[in-house]
Amino acid sequence: MNRKKLQKLTDSLTKNCKHFSKFEVKCLINLFYNLVGEVTERQSVIIGLDRNAFRNILHMTFGMTDDMIMDRVFRGFDKDNDGCISVTEWVYGLSVFLRGTLEEKMKYCFEVFDLNGDSFISKEEMFHMLKNSLLKQPSEEDPDEGIKDLVEITLKKMDHDHDGKLSFADYEQAVREETLLLEAFGPCLPDPKSQSEFEAQVFKDPNEFNEV
Amino acid sequence: MGVALTRSAQWTAVGHGAKTLEVTPLNEAIVKEIIMFVESFIYKYPQEANYVFVEPLEWKTNLDPSAFGSGYAVSGTTVKSEEVDKNGEPLLYLSVPQIKIRSFGQLSRMLYIAKNMKLKEAQACIEDYEFSNGCRAPPWRQIKGEICYVLVKPHDAETLCVTCSKEGVFLNGGKTDDEGQINYERKGEIYKDLVTLLKEKSAIFSENMSKQEIKFSEQPQKDQPNEAPKEEVAITHKASVTSRKSTQEKNRINLGRSQLTKRLEPSLNWRTSVSSKESRNTLRDTQVEKHGGKLEKSRSSVSPGRAQLIRKSVEKIEEIISDSSSESEEDEEQPDHRQEANADLPSEYWQIQKLVKYLKGGNQTATVIALCSMKDFNLAQETCQLAIRDVGGLEVLINLLETDEVKCKIGSLKILKEISHNPQIRRNIVDLGGLPVMVNILDSPHKSLKCLAAETIANVAKFRRARRVVRRHGGITKLVALLDCGKHSGEPAQSSLYETRDVEVARCGALALWSCSKSYANKEAIRKAGGIPLLARLLKTSHENMLIPVVGTLQECASEENYRAAIKAERIIENLVKNLNSENEQLQEHCAMAIYQCAEDEETRDLVRLHGGLKPLASLLNNTDNKERLAAVTGAIWKCSISKENVTKFREYKAIETLVGLLTDQPEEVLVNVVGALGECCQEHENRVIIRRCGGIQPLVNLLVGINQALLVNVTKAVGACAVEPESMMIIDRLDGVRLLWSLLKNPHPDVKASAAWALCPCIQNAKDAGEMVRSFVGGLELVVNLLKSDNKEVLASVCAVITNIAKDQENLAVITDHGVVPLLSKLANTNNDKLRRHLAETISRCCMWGRNRVAFGEHKAVAPLVRYLKSNDTNVHRATAQALYQLSEDADNCVTMHENGAVKLLLDMVGSPDEELQEAAAGCISNIRRLALAIEKARYS
Repeated sequence: MNRKKLQKLTDSLTKNCKHFSKFEVKCLINLFYNLVGEVTERQSVIIGLDRNAFRNILHMTFGMTDDMIMDRVFRGFDKDNDGCISVTEWVYGLSVFLRGTLEEKMKYCFEVFDLNGDSFISKEEMFHMLKNSLLKQPSEEDPDEGIKDLVEITLKKMDHDHDGKLSFADYEQAVREETLLLEAFGPCLPDPKSQSEFEAQVFKDPNEFNEV
Repeated sequence: MGVALTRSAQWTAVGHGAKTLEVTPLNEAIVKEIIMFVESFIYKYPQEANYVFVEPLEWKTNLDPSAFGSGYAVSGTTVKSEEVDKNGEPLLYLSVPQIKIRSFGQLSRMLYIAKNMKLKEAQACIEDYEFSNGCRAPPWRQIKGEICYVLVKPHDAETLCVTCSKEGVFLNGGKTDDEGQINYERKGEIYKDLVTLLKEKSAIFSENMSKQEIKFSEQPQKDQPNEAPKEEVAITHKASVTSRKSTQEKNRINLGRSQLTKRLEPSLNWRTSVSSKESRNTLRDTQVEKHGGKLEKSRSSVSPGRAQLIRKSVEKIEEIISDSSSESEEDEEQPDHRQEANADLPSEYWQIQKLVKYLKGGNQTATVIALCSMKDFNLAQETCQLAIRDVGGLEVLINLLETDEVKCKIGSLKILKEISHNPQIRRNIVDLGGLPVMVNILDSPHKSLKCLAAETIANVAKFRRARRVVRRHGGITKLVALLDCGKHSGEPAQSSLYETRDVEVARCGALALWSCSKSYANKEAIRKAGGIPLLARLLKTSHENMLIPVVGTLQECASEENYRAAIKAERIIENLVKNLNSENEQLQEHCAMAIYQCAEDEETRDLVRLHGGLKPLASLLNNTDNKERLAAVTGAIWKCSISKENVTKFREYKAIETLVGLLTDQPEEVLVNVVGALGECCQEHENRVIIRRCGGIQPLVNLLVGINQALLVNVTKAVGACAVEPESMMIIDRLDGVRLLWSLLKNPHPDVKASAAWALCPCIQNAKDAGEMVRSFVGGLELVVNLLKSDNKEVLASVCAVITNIAKDQENLAVITDHGVVPLLSKLANTNNDKLRRHLAETISRCCMWGRNRVAFGEHKAVAPLVRYLKSNDTNVHRATAQALYQLSEDADNCVTMHENGAVKLLLDMVGSPDEELQEAAAGCISNIRRLALAIEKARYS
């Protein structure tokens, strides 16, 4: 990519993304191209991170382990649903992922948890997401009983309109009362430690950067 | 062993005579444990096995003499061991059915010989041991609350025979001649514990204790998880082995100790049983035991007997020295209430139990859900608080604090913060080692975590032990560091999960320091960590919720001189005064309280005035609904009014009238301060008039019948000050105030006695027909004269002053002479206390005016010490003494004594004094001495 084009891309992304400075956007673009590798630009070839490459980043850099959640995070980033995260999606996605306001994060998390995209988190979806969250007690007759109970507890806490499923409004209200519920069904945001490590590594000192 | 027996063993209900162990699996286990220990003793500790007990273990045995083989001399119904002590006495002696054994070695052998009767023998030995309620005292003394008797031989005093009773510890009449009997009668004051008694009785003990105290306080506190009684037996065994002196005597003392520490009620009906509650108690005892064990090792220089005595109160001493709380004892540790196992449990209990299960077995996601759900229970309700604990939730919550999961820590602390309002839970958190973990979290990079940890610490550190743990784990320094966050108070709240504002961090830090500052050592630690300047800086903010903990901490710490100086230096007074004008009553209260503490210092009193603090104080007097605040405000006014300029201001603000209005219908805490303030105001004529005009005398006199010591001291002072006005004196007399004051001379507190006596002086001076009034108090004169036997200097000085006034009436002087005032006064003459010297000399000169008292003072050797008073540095003493000597010099023998003691030269110097009265008296005395000398010369030559 030529210098001029890169400059233009940086400017437009910086303009549309309020959480990163121009320098930071530049760093993220650089990182993106580093990750994607040397790709010669050809027409009609999509340049970007595919599912596996992205999951690898989530796992290695942000310590995520839950396959399903990682898939959902990928979908959260991949706005155009083309199975590949473009540089724009990368910067926008990280903007929420790292620096999003509570509102942005709630929206993002809800989308992650709404597995079928019907704007509700159903009991089944909850069960699906929580099914590995408890140690299996061999003594229990129904190994899923604990999970079912956990789903009921969650509903009791969050389903304010008592329709047996969580709308965004339900979720939002619950999170505003108790922020710990933001990632109620699994970690889909970076934990503070890996976040600060990532930022420290990617956003190196500007002077240093210029020299390079 | 003793502890385990007292606490765990199940005794039968008490009948008459010896108690028996119930046949239960637990008892059997304990006895077997003991047998195993004793049997193997001879092999494991051969050296210790040879130690001879001071007194034998003795019981009725079922063993047949014929069972004893080699090593024993058997003859008919008696058996003697061939092993003997240094006096040739056998270490085992059996005279059917009584057996006496005096070493572990012989005990081991006996058990070996007993074979299958071991269990019976061991049980019989234990049962002849003590009363099942743990008391060593015989039943007829237990009724009187006595627990046991201890013989103590200090290095520097006679053997003390001490009774430990539930009221405290006191000396009894000692051992009587016939063997083993004790004269139970009390022979001295009651002390709160053995250490206090011994400190009082033995200077060396007291000195050694003060050296040791530091060591004790450094003993780390180990909190043990619940253990089965069986294991406890093992632990105590170890302790007794390490102590290397396994005598029955010692076991007794151990028992006595556990009783003392727990302040048990002796009762013949009390039966120990093992329930979850009991086993917790045992646990505590075990801890004490271990403390003791360590201690003894570290004190090899002290004789074992003393070391054991000291051990008794280790825990208590530790409390006393490291944490002398300025707080009332509301925060004392309460007994533990566990929910009865078979009681009807509320539904919350089961729900919480389920949540705790998910906490234990869930990953981070499930844990957070369970924590959030648990938070929705009414955590202010005791049922829920105790349910969390009883299903093992506290352990899990504290464990979560040690993980790396920030969200889990936040969730856990949010719950701990709520339930730690419960005193029992606080104690459990400390027992489970929760505090050190929370103290570590104070270093976390996440501000919200710091805040939650500090807030929880603020709740938990409401009792001494907890405050000590916080300090020992470096918590005070970390909390003080939190205060330093307050610099950027303007920044906006952040959206992140883990962030919060810096001021919030500082506020939480101050909140925790406020709780911690109730212990003396923590006050010191806060100061050393540089807390005062930080608190001073936070004091400049205008947020009430910040100011309250900050001022609260300062107020708590202002009990220390160091702090008062620093408070002045850091210009804190200015801000305290400013916040008196706050709208918040609690803040006003703490500010007033801090001023009260600091205004003992004159410069501070001036600062309060210069910063305009007196007016808000005066106006706060008008709001009397909030009694805590009223007490603080009146306290501040009292201390401020020690300065004359301040009193003038208060008069300007009409505060004196308001104070008089507060003399009725107020709690004692308020009254003490109000009367104290009025007492200070009364030092000026103008104010005395105000108090009389607005009817203050009657309520003051009414307060003379109270029992509160502090209040009586202040009331007597105020009434005495009022009596200086003849017009007020008439009112006091009419209200029978003098008789009430006179009755207070019988008050047990020396401060009250002295203050009442001082107050009587102006009363007698200003009463009409004072002589008649004094005579009208039946037995009054005798009472006053007998107070000269007091050993309190202030009482003596004040009583001398009263006698000076009484003696102005000839008839009364005659009466007190009959009561022996002269010898009593003469006895006091050898003193270095200038206040007493002055009043004593005045009294002596006044008492010379009757009969042959002059001569009598000479006979009772009062003259020579008086001459020495002339070398004092106090002119008041000189004047009074010169006058007394002048009176005494009317008697020729006294003149000789004075001359012999070098009075003439001293008096000659006094003649040159600018004080005319002194001049005159000194000259008069010299002239009497000279005249006598001349007369002698004349007689010689004629």
